[in-house]
Amino acid sequence: MEIKTKVAAGQVSQADGKAKMAARGVDMYYGEKKALKSIDLDIREREVTALIGPSGCGKSTFLRCLNRMNDVIEGAKVQGDIRLDGQNIYDQAIDVVQLRARVGMVFQKPNPFPKSIYENVAYGPKIHGLARTREELDRIVETSLTKAGLWEEVKARLQETGTGLSGGQQQRLCIARAIAVSPEVILMDEPCSALDPIATAKIEELIDELRSNYTIVIVTHSMQQAARVSQRTAFFHLGELVEVGDTAQIFTNPKDDRTQGYITGRFG
Amino acid sequence: MTDMTISTASDLHTSGAAQARLKARYAREARFKAYGLVAIGFAVTALVFLLWTIVSNGYTAFMQTSIRIEVMIDAERIEGTTPAEKRSDLALRTADWRGMVNASLAAKFPDVPRSDRRFVNDMVSQGAGTQVRDLVLSNPNLIGQSVTLWVLAHSNVDMLHKGFIERDAPPNRRPVNDRQIALYDQLVKEGSLEAKFNFRFLVGANSASPELAGMWVAIVGSFWTLVICLAIAFPLGVLTAVWLEEFAPRNKWTDLIEVNINNLAAVPSIVFGLLGLAVFLNFFGMPRSSPFAGGIVLALMSLPIMIIAARASLRAVPPSIRQAAIGLGASKLQAITHHVVPLAMPGILTGTILAMAHALGESAPLMLVGMNAFVVDVPTGPLDAATVLPVQVFRWAGQPERGFVEKTSAAIMVLLVFLLFMNAAAIYLRKKFERRW
Repeated sequence: MEIKTKVAAGQVSQADGKAKMAARGVDMYYGEKKALKSIDLDIREREVTALIGPSGCGKSTFLRCLNRMNDVIEGAKVQGDIRLDGQNIYDQAIDVVQLRARVGMVFQKPNPFPKSIYENVAYGPKIHGLARTREELDRIVETSLTKAGLWEEVKARLQETGTGLSGGQQQRLCIARAIAVSPEVILMDEPCSALDPIATAKIEELIDELRSNYTIVIVTHSMQQAARVSQRTAFFHLGELVEVGDTAQIFTNPKDDRTQGYITGRFG
Repeated sequence: MTDMTISTASDLHTSGAAQARLKARYAREARFKAYGLVAIGFAVTALVFLLWTIVSNGYTAFMQTSIRIEVMIDAERIEGTTPAEKRSDLALRTADWRGMVNASLAAKFPDVPRSDRRFVNDMVSQGAGTQVRDLVLSNPNLIGQSVTLWVLAHSNVDMLHKGFIERDAPPNRRPVNDRQIALYDQLVKEGSLEAKFNFRFLVGANSASPELAGMWVAIVGSFWTLVICLAIAFPLGVLTAVWLEEFAPRNKWTDLIEVNINNLAAVPSIVFGLLGLAVFLNFFGMPRSSPFAGGIVLALMSLPIMIIAARASLRAVPPSIRQAAIGLGASKLQAITHHVVPLAMPGILTGTILAMAHALGESAPLMLVGMNAFVVDVPTGPLDAATVLPVQVFRWAGQPERGFVEKTSAAIMVLLVFLLFMNAAAIYLRKKFERRW
């Protein structure tokens, strides 16, 4: 298997990888509770960055800071600086709708809209006005579904509802939906946790392919998954970023004792 | 391994005691099912009894007894000196039609003594003259000719024909005397008395005489009242629910609003009627007895129910759908109007229909804004005086004439049919929405 060979070789980041997103001193509060403590992290362009750590460590919270999904949660407050291509995304001048078009998201549980497969993929381009004609929209839908590896399976039933697909297909539909607005960064919040191993393998392959065009951040509970798909891994613990480095290095030669403890299964 | 504190004796689940426990469990289950069946059986019996009472009392109202008479359209009884004058609308409207009917009855029963003539005249309805008039109005050429037509029998004759009056009862205990019974038998024998389908009951205006009474005013009044109620309550209710559920901040003001909405849903409906009387009629001077005022009162009454139902169905839309839309860069309003509200629509519609059905059956608040008026003109719009179905039922139920008993039950049947149609429409709409999403 292609992916397995890669793990054996050890996934490493390109040393000169440019930072697509950069977090500096990010503190995050849910009301009084401090969920993130002074996070500094670079997300490198066209690479997969995995965020790992035990439950409640803040990795998903951090992920949601990257496209300001936390804005809709009452009492959530972010301090510090997160930059996308050098521009602070929490700046007054930033339009959050535009930001989310540039930084797309795939959720833990597949959540297609209860509409047709076509409508699911076409929704993003429609609201952002990306297609002027029906033909353009058709093309975007086809390209996105192809990129998500779903086109062959669904091309004959685009008008059927998206919720009628299997779990793995639904998640790929959600990825196609995210791709359809041509984001630069795709955030994935445990995209495989609700899927069986075969569907998981397909999604992982897909992530590996997508990396040539998109910058990807993935939160995962599975260390094997992080090892398989990511080039860089960041380990979170109790709201702190403990260690970040090339995936090969984190899994073979972690610098911090806590990282060592987590990846060897002593806690978490 | 650690010590086990629970006995693992091999007969723990097979011993006699265990069998007894199992049996007790099954018995409990069977009892529970039996209670449920008894409850449902009781409810079904009550419903069947209710429906049977209404239908058996009311079905006769859809037939009305008519008498065939031969009327001479006597030009003498029409005002005017020339034929043209006699054909004028005014002359035709003021002519002595009843006199012609009475004359025809006198000719039909020549051997009835003069002193008993009024009993003969009372055999036909008060509206018989109007029936002759309408015939001549539509064809003035009939003047001077003799026409045969079916006129409505008086309600007492109708009741006698339908068997609601015992002919053997002592004369002072029945509304028809021996003379009338004899005439009735004669009419039946010669085939001049028949029960015919009572269109007038459905499409006619109200009347003080049971045989002439129709419920069209109430049907049209209920229709306009519900239209006004829906037009106000639905948009207001949905918008309020959306704002409270999706946009409102959580603070003591929104808490206060929420508590008040929940309390309003429990306020007796007559209080809304008092409010309508004081505010809409007396202060704003809206037309009394109009579906417009009644609809606003019902809208106020339905609003809390609709808001609560709409909020519940909005809350039932999974948050993952909102997140998916927002994650794609939809604005909050887009996420709500494109996804959340359409998904909640089946639930909102169900709540709306329930509230409307409630409103359709409401009488107390409408009586306070004057919708219990005796209305004989069919309303042409929501500003005309009207009454509504349940109030019509209430009014007829209070009439002393025997003929109104069947009318009351029949009006309830019409009300139930109305409700059935509304529910069917609701289910149809709901299914349609469900298919689309």
